[in-house]
Amino acid sequence: MERLTTRAKQVSNKEMTLMERIYLPAILHGMGVTLKHFFMKKASVRYPEVQRPFSPVYRGVHVLKRDEEGRERCTACGLCAVACPAEAITMVAEERKKGEEHLYREEKYAAVYEINQLRCIFCGLCEEACPKEAIFLTDKITPVEEDRASFIYGKDKLVEPLDKRVDVSKRQSWRLNQA
Amino acid sequence: MDQALLIEKIILVLTMLGITLLIATYSTYAERKVAAFLQDRLGPDRAGPFGLLQPLADAGKMFFKEELIPAASEKWLFIMGPGIAMFTACMTGAAIPWGTELHIFGYTLNMQIADIDIGILYIIGFVSMGVYGIMIGGWASNNKYSLYGAIRASSQMISYELAMGLSIIAVVMMSGSLSLKEIAAQQSGMNWNVWYQPLGFVIFFTCALAECNRAPFDLPECETELIGGYHVEYSSMKLGFYLFAEYINMFISSAVIATLYFGGYNFPFQDMISSPALLGWLQFIALFAKIFFFIFVFMWIRWTLPRFRYDQLMHLGWKSLIPLAILNMVITAAVVIARNNGF
Repeated sequence: MERLTTRAKQVSNKEMTLMERIYLPAILHGMGVTLKHFFMKKASVRYPEVQRPFSPVYRGVHVLKRDEEGRERCTACGLCAVACPAEAITMVAEERKKGEEHLYREEKYAAVYEINQLRCIFCGLCEEACPKEAIFLTDKITPVEEDRASFIYGKDKLVEPLDKRVDVSKRQSWRLNQA
Repeated sequence: MDQALLIEKIILVLTMLGITLLIATYSTYAERKVAAFLQDRLGPDRAGPFGLLQPLADAGKMFFKEELIPAASEKWLFIMGPGIAMFTACMTGAAIPWGTELHIFGYTLNMQIADIDIGILYIIGFVSMGVYGIMIGGWASNNKYSLYGAIRASSQMISYELAMGLSIIAVVMMSGSLSLKEIAAQQSGMNWNVWYQPLGFVIFFTCALAECNRAPFDLPECETELIGGYHVEYSSMKLGFYLFAEYINMFISSAVIATLYFGGYNFPFQDMISSPALLGWLQFIALFAKIFFFIFVFMWIRWTLPRFRYDQLMHLGWKSLIPLAILNMVITAAVVIARNNGF
Protein backbone atom coordinates (compact mmCIF):
# COMPACT_ATOMS: atom_id res chain seq x y z
CA MET A 1 0.00 0.00 0.00
CA GLU A 2 1.24 3.45 -0.81
CA ARG A 3 2.12 5.52 2.23
CA LEU A 4 0.36 8.86 2.57
CA THR A 5 3.25 10.38 4.49
CA THR A 6 6.98 9.82 4.80
CA ARG A 7 6.91 10.43 8.54
CA ALA A 8 4.79 7.45 9.56
CA LYS A 9 6.21 5.44 12.45
CA GLN A 10 5.50 1.83 13.26
CA VAL A 11 3.96 1.65 16.74
CA SER A 12 5.11 -1.26 18.87
CA ASN A 13 4.16 -2.56 22.26
CA LYS A 14 7.51 -4.07 23.15
CA GLU A 15 8.88 -4.06 26.66
CA MET A 16 11.14 -1.12 27.38
CA THR A 17 14.79 -1.87 27.96
CA LEU A 18 16.40 -0.95 31.27
CA MET A 19 17.99 2.16 29.77
CA GLU A 20 14.59 3.31 28.56
CA ARG A 21 12.94 2.57 31.87
CA ILE A 22 15.49 4.61 33.81
CA TYR A 23 14.02 7.50 31.85
CA LEU A 24 16.84 9.86 32.69
CA PRO A 25 18.69 9.65 29.33
CA ALA A 26 15.45 10.52 27.56
CA ILE A 27 14.88 13.44 29.94
CA LEU A 28 18.40 14.75 29.36
CA HIS A 29 17.94 14.41 25.61
CA GLY A 30 14.69 16.38 25.81
CA MET A 31 16.33 19.05 27.93
CA GLY A 32 19.05 19.30 25.30
CA VAL A 33 16.42 19.94 22.67
CA THR A 34 14.75 22.69 24.68
CA LEU A 35 18.08 24.27 25.56
CA LYS A 36 18.91 24.45 21.88
CA HIS A 37 15.70 26.35 21.35
CA PHE A 38 16.64 28.71 24.19
CA PHE A 39 19.43 30.14 22.03
CA MET A 40 17.66 29.97 18.71
CA LYS A 41 16.35 32.98 16.83
CA LYS A 42 12.93 33.94 18.14
CA ALA A 43 9.93 33.67 15.90
CA SER A 44 7.97 36.56 17.41
CA VAL A 45 8.38 40.23 16.51
CA ARG A 46 8.11 43.23 18.86
CA TYR A 47 5.01 44.30 16.99
CA PRO A 48 4.35 48.02 17.06
CA GLU A 49 8.06 48.84 16.76
CA VAL A 50 8.90 46.09 14.28
CA GLN A 51 6.46 45.12 11.57
CA ARG A 52 6.65 42.22 9.21
CA PRO A 53 6.83 43.36 5.56
CA PHE A 54 3.52 43.33 3.71
CA SER A 55 3.11 41.76 0.32
CA PRO A 56 3.13 44.37 -2.50
CA VAL A 57 -0.43 43.35 -3.37
CA TYR A 58 -1.70 43.75 0.19
CA ARG A 59 -5.28 45.05 0.17
CA GLY A 60 -6.02 47.33 3.11
CA VAL A 61 -8.25 50.29 3.90
CA HIS A 62 -9.82 52.03 0.91
CA VAL A 63 -9.09 55.54 -0.27
CA LEU A 64 -11.18 57.84 -2.50
CA LYS A 65 -8.66 59.56 -4.75
CA ARG A 66 -8.73 63.13 -5.98
CA ASP A 67 -7.48 64.15 -9.41
CA GLU A 68 -4.43 66.31 -10.16
CA GLU A 69 -6.37 69.51 -9.40
CA GLY A 70 -7.63 68.18 -6.11
CA ARG A 71 -11.18 67.44 -7.25
CA GLU A 72 -12.95 64.31 -6.10
CA ARG A 73 -12.98 61.72 -8.83
CA CYS A 74 -15.96 59.74 -7.62
CA THR A 75 -19.10 60.35 -9.60
CA ALA A 76 -21.39 58.18 -7.52
CA CYS A 77 -22.20 55.81 -10.35
CA GLY A 78 -22.68 53.00 -7.85
CA LEU A 79 -20.71 50.36 -9.78
CA CYS A 80 -18.53 49.65 -6.76
CA ALA A 81 -21.59 49.08 -4.61
CA VAL A 82 -22.96 46.68 -7.22
CA ALA A 83 -19.66 44.86 -7.53
CA CYS A 84 -19.19 44.54 -3.77
CA PRO A 85 -19.90 40.91 -2.78
CA ALA A 86 -20.18 41.85 0.87
CA GLU A 87 -22.56 44.75 0.25
CA ALA A 88 -20.37 46.98 2.34
CA ILE A 89 -20.64 50.15 0.21
CA THR A 90 -23.53 52.61 0.24
CA MET A 91 -23.71 56.07 -1.29
CA VAL A 92 -26.03 58.98 -1.93
CA ALA A 93 -25.53 60.87 -5.20
CA GLU A 94 -25.98 64.61 -5.65
CA GLU A 95 -25.76 67.08 -8.53
CA ARG A 96 -22.86 69.46 -8.66
CA LYS A 97 -23.98 73.09 -8.15
CA LYS A 98 -22.52 76.16 -9.82
CA GLY A 99 -19.30 77.21 -8.18
CA GLU A 100 -18.45 73.68 -6.98
CA GLU A 101 -16.37 72.83 -10.06
CA HIS A 102 -13.16 72.99 -8.08
CA LEU A 103 -14.50 70.35 -5.67
CA TYR A 104 -15.93 67.67 -7.93
CA ARG A 105 -14.68 66.60 -11.31
CA GLU A 106 -17.96 65.38 -12.81
CA GLU A 107 -21.44 66.87 -12.72
CA LYS A 108 -22.55 64.26 -10.26
CA TYR A 109 -20.80 63.40 -7.02
CA ALA A 110 -21.25 61.32 -3.87
CA ALA A 111 -22.69 63.40 -1.06
CA VAL A 112 -22.52 60.42 1.25
CA TYR A 113 -20.13 57.53 0.66
CA GLU A 114 -19.84 54.88 3.34
CA ILE A 115 -17.88 51.64 3.57
CA ASN A 116 -18.56 49.32 6.47
CA GLN A 117 -15.11 48.03 7.38
CA LEU A 118 -16.62 45.15 9.33
CA ARG A 119 -18.53 43.91 6.29
CA CYS A 120 -15.75 44.52 3.80
CA ILE A 121 -13.77 41.42 2.80
CA PHE A 122 -11.03 43.44 1.08
CA CYS A 123 -11.43 41.57 -2.20
CA GLY A 124 -10.65 44.65 -4.31
CA LEU A 125 -13.61 44.23 -6.68
CA CYS A 126 -14.71 47.87 -6.06
CA GLU A 127 -11.34 49.00 -7.32
CA GLU A 128 -11.71 46.93 -10.48
CA ALA A 129 -15.29 48.05 -11.04
CA CYS A 130 -14.54 51.77 -10.75
CA PRO A 131 -14.57 53.48 -14.21
CA LYS A 132 -13.24 56.76 -12.82
CA GLU A 133 -10.18 55.38 -10.95
CA ALA A 134 -11.61 56.90 -7.80
CA ILE A 135 -11.49 54.07 -5.27
CA PHE A 136 -8.32 52.16 -4.45
CA LEU A 137 -7.21 49.82 -1.71
CA THR A 138 -4.13 50.99 0.19
CA ASP A 139 -1.54 49.10 2.24
CA LYS A 140 -2.89 50.44 5.55
CA ILE A 141 -4.68 48.22 8.05
CA THR A 142 -7.98 49.22 9.67
CA PRO A 143 -7.22 50.70 13.07
CA VAL A 144 -8.86 49.45 16.25
CA GLU A 145 -12.14 51.07 17.31
CA GLU A 146 -14.13 50.60 20.47
CA ASP A 147 -17.64 50.49 18.98
CA ARG A 148 -19.10 49.05 15.82
CA ALA A 149 -20.45 52.37 14.51
CA SER A 150 -16.93 53.76 14.20
CA PHE A 151 -16.10 51.08 11.65
CA ILE A 152 -18.51 52.62 9.14
CA TYR A 153 -16.10 54.88 7.32
CA GLY A 154 -17.62 58.00 5.76
CA LYS A 155 -16.10 60.44 3.32
CA ASP A 156 -14.21 62.13 6.17
CA LYS A 157 -12.05 59.03 6.51
CA LEU A 158 -12.08 57.76 2.93
CA VAL A 159 -11.35 60.81 0.75
CA GLU A 160 -7.65 61.51 0.62
CA PRO A 161 -6.66 64.81 2.22
CA LEU A 162 -5.41 67.50 -0.15
CA ASP A 163 -2.20 68.01 1.78
CA LYS A 164 -1.60 64.29 2.41
CA ARG A 165 -2.04 62.46 -0.84
CA VAL A 166 -2.18 58.65 -0.57
CA ASP A 167 0.25 56.72 -2.72
CA VAL A 168 -1.31 53.62 -4.25
CA SER A 169 1.31 53.13 -6.94
CA LYS A 170 3.05 50.16 -5.32
CA ARG A 171 0.15 47.77 -5.62
CA GLN A 172 -1.10 49.26 -8.89
CA SER A 173 2.25 49.07 -10.69
CA TRP A 174 2.71 45.50 -9.43
CA ARG A 175 -0.67 44.62 -10.92
CA LEU A 176 0.19 46.29 -14.23
CA ASN A 177 3.46 44.40 -14.42
CA GLN A 178 1.64 41.14 -13.90
CA ALA A 179 -0.88 41.93 -16.64
CA MET B 1 21.37 37.37 74.61
CA ASP B 2 23.09 40.68 74.28
CA GLN B 3 21.58 43.50 72.36
CA ALA B 4 24.12 43.70 69.54
CA LEU B 5 23.50 40.09 68.61
CA LEU B 6 19.77 40.66 68.67
CA ILE B 7 20.03 43.63 66.34
CA GLU B 8 22.41 41.75 64.06
CA LYS B 9 20.01 38.83 63.83
CA ILE B 10 17.00 41.07 63.20
CA ILE B 11 18.82 42.83 60.38
CA LEU B 12 19.88 39.50 58.92
CA VAL B 13 16.35 38.09 59.16
CA LEU B 14 14.85 41.12 57.45
CA THR B 15 17.52 41.15 54.75
CA MET B 16 17.17 37.48 53.97
CA LEU B 17 13.38 37.76 53.96
CA GLY B 18 13.66 40.70 51.60
CA ILE B 19 16.05 38.84 49.31
CA THR B 20 13.81 35.77 49.39
CA LEU B 21 10.75 37.78 48.42
CA LEU B 22 12.65 39.70 45.75
CA ILE B 23 13.99 36.53 44.18
CA ALA B 24 10.57 34.89 44.32
CA THR B 25 9.08 37.97 42.64
CA TYR B 26 11.59 37.92 39.87
CA SER B 27 11.28 34.14 39.56
CA THR B 28 7.81 34.75 38.17
CA TYR B 29 9.35 37.05 35.57
CA ALA B 30 12.16 34.60 34.90
CA GLU B 31 9.67 31.79 34.54
CA ARG B 32 7.78 33.64 31.86
CA LYS B 33 10.96 34.65 30.06
CA VAL B 34 12.46 31.15 30.23
CA ALA B 35 9.18 29.65 29.04
CA ALA B 36 9.11 32.10 26.16
CA PHE B 37 12.73 31.53 25.17
CA LEU B 38 12.39 27.77 25.27
CA GLN B 39 9.39 28.09 22.99
CA ASP B 40 11.06 30.49 20.53
CA ARG B 41 9.11 33.49 21.82
CA LEU B 42 10.24 36.76 23.37
CA GLY B 43 8.15 36.80 26.54
CA PRO B 44 6.90 39.88 28.41
CA ASP B 45 8.78 42.98 27.29
CA ARG B 46 6.27 45.82 27.56
CA ALA B 47 6.49 46.90 31.22
CA GLY B 48 9.80 48.71 31.62
CA PRO B 49 13.05 47.81 29.84
CA PHE B 50 12.94 44.11 28.86
CA GLY B 51 9.66 43.88 30.78
CA LEU B 52 11.51 44.12 34.09
CA LEU B 53 8.56 45.81 35.81
CA GLN B 54 6.25 42.97 34.85
CA PRO B 55 6.23 41.38 38.35
CA LEU B 56 5.12 44.73 39.83
CA ALA B 57 2.34 44.98 37.28
CA ASP B 58 1.28 41.43 38.09
CA ALA B 59 1.28 42.17 41.82
CA GLY B 60 -0.73 45.34 41.22
CA LYS B 61 -3.25 43.38 39.24
CA MET B 62 -3.51 40.82 42.04
CA PHE B 63 -4.07 43.51 44.66
CA PHE B 64 -6.83 45.24 42.74
CA LYS B 65 -8.80 42.11 41.97
CA GLU B 66 -12.00 41.53 43.87
CA GLU B 67 -11.54 39.52 47.02
CA LEU B 68 -14.14 36.80 47.29
CA ILE B 69 -14.80 34.57 50.27
CA PRO B 70 -17.40 31.97 49.35
CA ALA B 71 -20.48 32.01 51.58
CA ALA B 72 -20.28 28.26 52.18
CA SER B 73 -16.61 28.31 53.11
CA GLU B 74 -15.09 27.91 56.55
CA LYS B 75 -14.11 31.54 56.73
CA TRP B 76 -11.39 31.35 59.37
CA LEU B 77 -9.63 28.40 57.79
CA PHE B 78 -10.12 29.91 54.34
CA ILE B 79 -8.03 32.89 55.38
CA MET B 80 -5.57 30.71 57.30
CA GLY B 81 -4.70 28.53 54.27
CA PRO B 82 -2.65 30.96 52.18
CA GLY B 83 -1.16 32.39 55.37
CA ILE B 84 0.20 29.00 56.41
CA ALA B 85 1.51 28.33 52.92
CA MET B 86 3.36 31.63 52.91
CA PHE B 87 4.56 31.31 56.50
CA THR B 88 6.05 27.84 56.09
CA ALA B 89 7.67 28.87 52.83
CA CYS B 90 9.37 31.89 54.44
CA MET B 91 10.45 30.10 57.64
CA THR B 92 12.73 27.53 56.03
CA GLY B 93 15.34 30.07 55.01
CA ALA B 94 16.43 30.55 58.62
CA ALA B 95 18.54 27.40 58.88
CA ILE B 96 20.39 27.74 55.59
CA PRO B 97 23.95 29.06 55.73
CA TRP B 98 23.95 31.84 53.13
CA GLY B 99 27.72 32.14 53.37
CA THR B 100 30.33 31.98 56.10
CA GLU B 101 30.66 35.58 57.16
CA LEU B 102 30.43 38.96 55.51
CA HIS B 103 32.55 41.97 56.44
CA ILE B 104 30.46 45.12 56.15
CA PHE B 105 31.71 48.49 57.47
CA GLY B 106 34.30 46.72 59.61
CA TYR B 107 31.65 44.55 61.17
CA THR B 108 31.64 40.77 60.80
CA LEU B 109 28.24 39.35 60.05
CA ASN B 110 27.58 35.63 60.50
CA MET B 111 25.57 34.68 57.44
CA GLN B 112 23.44 31.99 59.04
CA ILE B 113 20.35 33.23 60.83
CA ALA B 114 20.13 30.28 63.20
CA ASP B 115 22.79 27.58 63.36
CA ILE B 116 20.41 24.89 64.57
CA ASP B 117 22.29 21.64 65.16
CA ILE B 118 19.38 19.75 63.59
CA GLY B 119 19.02 22.26 60.75
CA ILE B 120 18.08 19.75 58.07
CA LEU B 121 15.34 18.27 60.27
CA TYR B 122 13.99 21.77 60.87
CA ILE B 123 13.73 22.35 57.13
CA ILE B 124 12.10 18.98 56.46
CA GLY B 125 9.67 19.72 59.29
CA PHE B 126 8.60 23.03 57.86
CA VAL B 127 8.39 21.70 54.34
CA SER B 128 6.03 18.98 55.51
CA MET B 129 3.96 21.60 57.30
CA GLY B 130 3.53 23.32 53.96
CA VAL B 131 1.07 20.61 53.04
CA TYR B 132 -1.32 22.03 55.66
CA GLY B 133 -1.57 25.32 53.84
CA ILE B 134 -2.77 23.52 50.74
CA MET B 135 -4.95 20.99 52.55
CA ILE B 136 -6.65 23.60 54.74
CA GLY B 137 -7.22 25.91 51.80
CA GLY B 138 -8.70 23.13 49.69
CA TRP B 139 -10.88 21.88 52.52
CA ALA B 140 -12.13 25.26 53.70
CA SER B 141 -13.22 26.28 50.20
CA ASN B 142 -16.08 23.75 50.51
CA ASN B 143 -15.76 22.91 46.84
CA LYS B 144 -15.30 19.39 45.56
CA TYR B 145 -12.75 20.41 42.94
CA SER B 146 -10.53 22.25 45.36
CA LEU B 147 -10.82 19.31 47.77
CA TYR B 148 -9.74 16.92 45.02
CA GLY B 149 -6.82 19.20 44.26
CA ALA B 150 -5.86 19.39 47.92
CA ILE B 151 -6.04 15.60 48.32
CA ARG B 152 -3.87 15.15 45.26
CA ALA B 153 -1.38 17.67 46.55
CA SER B 154 -1.16 16.24 50.04
CA SER B 155 -0.89 12.59 49.01
CA GLN B 156 1.77 13.54 46.49
CA MET B 157 3.76 15.59 48.97
CA ILE B 158 3.55 12.97 51.71
CA SER B 159 4.63 10.21 49.29
CA TYR B 160 7.63 12.11 48.03
CA GLU B 161 8.69 13.29 51.48
CA LEU B 162 9.57 9.69 52.32
CA ALA B 163 12.05 9.29 49.49
CA MET B 164 13.34 12.79 50.16
CA GLY B 165 14.00 11.99 53.83
CA LEU B 166 15.69 8.71 52.94
CA SER B 167 18.02 10.41 50.45
CA ILE B 168 18.92 13.02 53.04
CA ILE B 169 19.77 10.31 55.58
CA ALA B 170 22.54 9.12 53.26
CA VAL B 171 24.04 12.63 53.21
CA VAL B 172 23.72 12.91 56.97
CA MET B 173 25.45 9.57 57.48
CA MET B 174 28.31 10.68 55.25
CA SER B 175 28.90 13.96 57.00
CA GLY B 176 27.96 12.75 60.46
CA SER B 177 26.01 15.89 61.27
CA LEU B 178 22.48 17.25 60.96
CA SER B 179 23.67 20.86 61.01
CA LEU B 180 23.58 22.49 57.60
CA LYS B 181 26.53 24.65 58.54
CA GLU B 182 28.61 21.58 59.27
CA ILE B 183 27.44 19.83 56.09
CA ALA B 184 28.32 22.87 53.99
CA ALA B 185 31.70 23.35 55.68
CA GLN B 186 32.72 19.74 54.98
CA GLN B 187 32.33 20.26 51.23
CA SER B 188 35.03 22.88 50.91
CA GLY B 189 36.57 23.41 47.48
CA MET B 190 35.27 20.86 45.02
CA ASN B 191 34.67 18.15 47.63
CA TRP B 192 30.96 18.25 46.91
CA ASN B 193 28.53 15.62 48.12
CA VAL B 194 27.12 15.12 44.66
CA TRP B 195 30.28 13.23 43.63
CA TYR B 196 29.60 10.70 46.40
CA GLN B 197 25.82 10.74 46.26
CA PRO B 198 24.79 11.05 42.60
CA LEU B 199 21.83 8.73 43.04
CA GLY B 200 20.82 10.51 46.23
CA PHE B 201 20.96 13.81 44.39
CA VAL B 202 18.73 12.58 41.57
CA ILE B 203 16.21 11.24 44.08
CA PHE B 204 16.32 14.41 46.15
CA PHE B 205 15.93 16.62 43.11
CA THR B 206 12.96 14.63 41.81
CA CYS B 207 11.32 14.82 45.23
CA ALA B 208 12.02 18.54 45.41
CA LEU B 209 10.13 18.99 42.14
CA ALA B 210 7.22 17.04 43.58
CA GLU B 211 7.33 18.91 46.91
CA CYS B 212 7.14 22.26 45.12
CA ASN B 213 4.26 21.00 42.96
CA ARG B 214 6.33 21.79 39.92
CA ALA B 215 6.01 20.15 36.54
CA PRO B 216 6.19 17.26 35.74
CA PHE B 217 4.55 16.73 39.14
CA ASP B 218 2.14 19.68 39.01
CA LEU B 219 -0.97 17.54 39.32
CA PRO B 220 -2.58 19.56 42.14
CA GLU B 221 -3.20 22.23 39.53
CA CYS B 222 -5.15 21.03 36.57
CA GLU B 223 -7.58 23.03 34.49
CA THR B 224 -9.16 20.20 32.56
CA GLU B 225 -9.85 17.91 35.49
CA LEU B 226 -10.12 20.20 38.50
CA ILE B 227 -10.96 23.58 36.95
CA GLY B 228 -7.93 24.98 38.76
CA GLY B 229 -6.80 22.95 41.74
CA TYR B 230 -6.82 23.52 45.49
CA HIS B 231 -7.08 27.28 44.95
CA VAL B 232 -10.18 27.33 42.72
CA GLU B 233 -12.12 29.53 45.15
CA TYR B 234 -9.27 31.90 45.88
CA SER B 235 -8.92 35.29 44.30
CA SER B 236 -6.90 38.46 44.68
CA MET B 237 -3.88 38.40 46.99
CA LYS B 238 -4.90 35.15 48.71
CA LEU B 239 -4.39 33.42 45.38
CA GLY B 240 -1.28 35.53 44.98
CA PHE B 241 0.04 34.14 48.29
CA TYR B 242 -0.40 30.56 47.12
CA LEU B 243 1.31 31.19 43.80
CA PHE B 244 4.02 33.22 45.47
CA ALA B 245 4.64 30.55 48.12
CA GLU B 246 5.36 28.13 45.27
CA TYR B 247 8.12 30.39 44.00
CA ILE B 248 9.57 30.87 47.47
CA ASN B 249 9.58 27.10 47.90
CA MET B 250 11.42 26.81 44.63
CA PHE B 251 14.06 29.25 45.83
CA ILE B 252 14.46 27.49 49.16
CA SER B 253 14.61 24.07 47.49
CA SER B 254 17.36 25.32 45.21
CA ALA B 255 19.22 26.64 48.24
CA VAL B 256 18.86 23.30 50.06
CA ILE B 257 19.98 21.35 46.99
CA ALA B 258 22.98 23.63 46.61
CA THR B 259 23.84 23.29 50.30
CA LEU B 260 23.39 19.54 50.60
CA TYR B 261 24.87 18.36 47.32
CA PHE B 262 26.71 21.18 45.57
CA GLY B 263 28.94 22.50 48.31
CA GLY B 264 26.74 25.36 49.49
CA TYR B 265 28.80 28.52 49.53
CA ASN B 266 32.03 26.70 48.62
CA PHE B 267 33.62 27.21 45.25
CA PRO B 268 36.73 25.71 43.62
CA PHE B 269 40.16 27.16 44.50
CA GLN B 270 38.73 29.24 47.33
CA ASP B 271 41.81 28.49 49.46
CA MET B 272 43.86 30.68 47.12
CA ILE B 273 42.00 33.81 48.24
CA SER B 274 43.75 35.22 51.26
CA SER B 275 41.49 38.20 52.06
CA PRO B 276 38.65 37.01 54.33
CA ALA B 277 36.45 39.98 53.33
CA LEU B 278 36.68 39.15 49.64
CA LEU B 279 36.24 35.44 50.36
CA GLY B 280 33.03 36.12 52.29
CA TRP B 281 31.49 38.05 49.43
CA LEU B 282 32.62 35.52 46.82
CA GLN B 283 31.12 32.68 48.84
CA PHE B 284 27.85 34.56 49.10
CA ILE B 285 27.88 35.10 45.33
CA ALA B 286 28.86 31.48 44.65
CA LEU B 287 25.91 30.20 46.65
CA PHE B 288 23.48 32.47 44.85
CA ALA B 289 24.92 31.53 41.47
CA LYS B 290 24.22 27.89 42.31
CA ILE B 291 20.73 28.76 43.52
CA PHE B 292 19.91 30.68 40.34
CA PHE B 293 21.20 27.80 38.28
CA PHE B 294 18.88 25.38 40.04
CA ILE B 295 15.93 27.72 39.74
CA PHE B 296 16.65 27.78 36.02
CA VAL B 297 16.81 23.98 35.96
CA PHE B 298 13.43 23.84 37.71
CA MET B 299 11.96 26.02 34.98
CA TRP B 300 13.85 24.25 32.23
CA ILE B 301 12.37 20.93 33.32
CA ARG B 302 8.92 22.43 33.58
CA TRP B 303 8.97 23.53 29.96
CA THR B 304 10.54 20.30 28.71
CA LEU B 305 8.64 17.43 30.26
CA PRO B 306 4.98 16.55 29.98
CA ARG B 307 3.30 15.84 33.31
CA PHE B 308 2.84 12.40 34.78
CA ARG B 309 -0.47 10.67 35.11
CA TYR B 310 -1.51 10.34 38.73
CA ASP B 311 -0.95 6.58 38.93
CA GLN B 312 2.44 7.01 37.26
CA LEU B 313 3.29 9.62 39.87
CA MET B 314 2.45 7.24 42.73
CA HIS B 315 4.21 4.40 40.94
CA LEU B 316 7.37 6.44 40.58
CA GLY B 317 7.27 7.65 44.17
CA TRP B 318 6.53 4.41 45.98
CA LYS B 319 7.86 1.71 43.68
CA SER B 320 10.95 3.39 42.23
CA LEU B 321 12.22 6.27 44.32
CA ILE B 322 11.72 4.79 47.80
CA PRO B 323 13.42 1.43 47.02
CA LEU B 324 16.24 3.27 45.29
CA ALA B 325 16.60 5.65 48.22
CA ILE B 326 16.73 2.71 50.66
CA LEU B 327 19.33 1.00 48.47
CA ASN B 328 21.34 4.20 48.37
CA MET B 329 21.09 4.49 52.14
CA VAL B 330 22.21 0.90 52.76
CA ILE B 331 25.19 1.21 50.42
CA THR B 332 26.20 4.50 52.02
CA ALA B 333 25.90 2.97 55.48
CA ALA B 334 28.07 0.01 54.46
CA VAL B 335 30.73 2.28 52.97
CA VAL B 336 30.74 4.58 56.01
CA ILE B 337 31.13 1.64 58.41
CA ALA B 338 33.86 0.11 56.25
CA ARG B 339 35.74 3.41 56.22
CA ASN B 340 35.42 3.94 59.95
CA ASN B 341 36.87 0.48 60.55
CA GLY B 342 39.87 1.27 58.42
CA PHE B 343 39.15 -0.72 55.26
